[in-house]
Amino acid sequence: MFQALVDGILLGGVYGVIATGLSLVFGVLGVVNFAHAEFLMLGMYVAWFAWRWLGLDPMLGSVLSFIVVFAVGYLVQRTLIERVLKAPPAAQVFLTVGLLIVIENAALMAFGSEFRSVSVPYQVEGYRLGDIFIGAPYLYAFIAAIILAAVLWLYLERSWTGRAIRAVAQDPMASTLVGVDTRRTYALAFGLGVALTAFGGAVILPYITVSPTVGGQFVVLMFTVVVLGGLGSVAGALAGGIVVGVVQSMSTLVFPIQLQNLCLFVIFIAVLALRPQGLIKGA
Amino acid sequence: MLEVCDLSAAYGGPDVLSGVSLEVKAGETVAVLGANTAGKTTLLRAISGLVPKARGHIAFEGTALLGRPAHAIPDLGIGHVPEGRHVFPRMSTLDNLLMGAFCHRDARDLTERIERVFKLFPRVKERQTQMAGLMSGGEQQMISIGRALMGTPKLLLLDEPSHGLAPLVVDELHVAIGEINRQGVSVLLVEQNAMLALSVAHRGYVLEAGHVVLSGTSDELSADPGVRRAYLGI
Ligand SMILES: Nc1ncnc2c1ncn2[C@@H]1O[C@H](COP(=O)(O)OP(=O)(O)OP(=O)(O)O)[C@@H](O)[C@H]1O
Ligand SMILES: [Mg+2]
Repeated sequence: MFQALVDGILLGGVYGVIATGLSLVFGVLGVVNFAHAEFLMLGMYVAWFAWRWLGLDPMLGSVLSFIVVFAVGYLVQRTLIERVLKAPPAAQVFLTVGLLIVIENAALMAFGSEFRSVSVPYQVEGYRLGDIFIGAPYLYAFIAAIILAAVLWLYLERSWTGRAIRAVAQDPMASTLVGVDTRRTYALAFGLGVALTAFGGAVILPYITVSPTVGGQFVVLMFTVVVLGGLGSVAGALAGGIVVGVVQSMSTLVFPIQLQNLCLFVIFIAVLALRPQGLIKGA
Repeated sequence: MLEVCDLSAAYGGPDVLSGVSLEVKAGETVAVLGANTAGKTTLLRAISGLVPKARGHIAFEGTALLGRPAHAIPDLGIGHVPEGRHVFPRMSTLDNLLMGAFCHRDARDLTERIERVFKLFPRVKERQTQMAGLMSGGEQQMISIGRALMGTPKLLLLDEPSHGLAPLVVDELHVAIGEINRQGVSVLLVEQNAMLALSVAHRGYVLEAGHVVLSGTSDELSADPGVRRAYLGI
């Protein structure tokens, strides 16, 4: 019971960071990015290759994932998403779903369909606290996620460009009138959003294998966290992530593991039914 | 300082402004009067680069403005207080002011500039940590003006700052606008309330259906029978 709670919190912190990326993109651009989980997959591959070719531990490779996927996201925003920012939601859905399919298939072609995993010295290590066992990879991923969330929070609260991102989310016209380049800011926010998720993907590499379809495992989870936590709020997404992590890990005590995602679906639908404004409230 | 020459503008449909020419000299406060949909807001938005289909010529201190990206204009020294205030609702008052300094974010006198805004609007100082969206209309207007001042503009564009506010607050705002002008900032003031506008402005223009139909000093306009009938309700 306690064990499941701790496991859930450790998982959930990472879910929080993964979902913060999605939340940021929606909060600032107003676009529901269905391709978001594909950037998680890209982040995992970057970290995997960094481990394979450079011998980089995924905890460090995650920084590389962040940078590479940020650049990809920035370009995707400037070349594709930007065109549908003012378009009807249907056009945005078509574009991001199309993007999902393209990225997934491109990954399939480039990397093949096999599952890849890393091996790190601490993979089976852990710490024992009384009756509770804390797996080292879970703990490290959790710590990395919390650090990134704190940095992100500071960046959005205190820095000029972070403040500008919040301003553009709230009122693009007024932001322009004080000299903010909104196109650049949108690209920055999108790049940052997918980079956060990619980072989250990289740090879980020691306990989750990567394949071109790994994104599919995370889509429902991400949206559930975002719906729970309220959009655009870093703290909200983190809390939502931890709730989802705990529910997921507790549910394995009661249900067979195959039904883990079912519980998420149920929460997702319950939240939408009871608190539909959750998805609509901005940053 | 600001010269608008033969400006026409449209939002895809018919022209909203046609052949508008006007001028603001350094140190002046100039009013633009006009009824609903006369094109006053469009005029200010065109100056700030927010109307893509504007044609003609706009120069600020000799620099041509049309064709320049809107986000590059505040840096030239133009502050714009938009119609409807447009504060950042989920940001503190202080963050709103800091956003106003975005185009001069490397400057060292940031705290001095904030102090100057607080001196002009003491009420804003009292509420500096509150969310701007939760404040009264008058306070939001002060934040919006303060935010524009944070960019240290040489010219301030004000779009109906008194709209929807209680008379006492309106007086307070107009005292502040006079004070801003005395500190050397030129002002282009759009108001539906002509009496109010002419009481602070040196000169004025009357806009009707996208055309400038009349211009003159505030005294001349206040004495004009047409203006008195249409805008002063006398
Ligand atoms: N974004 C827009 N898209 C299309 N038409 C617009 C837009 N903004 C203004 N218009 C039209 O342009 C005309 C002039 O509008 P504008 O807002 O400039 O007038 P105004 O003088 O500021 O009026 P008010 O006193 O109501 O603020 C109006 O007919 C309006 O419907
Ligand atoms: Mg107007």
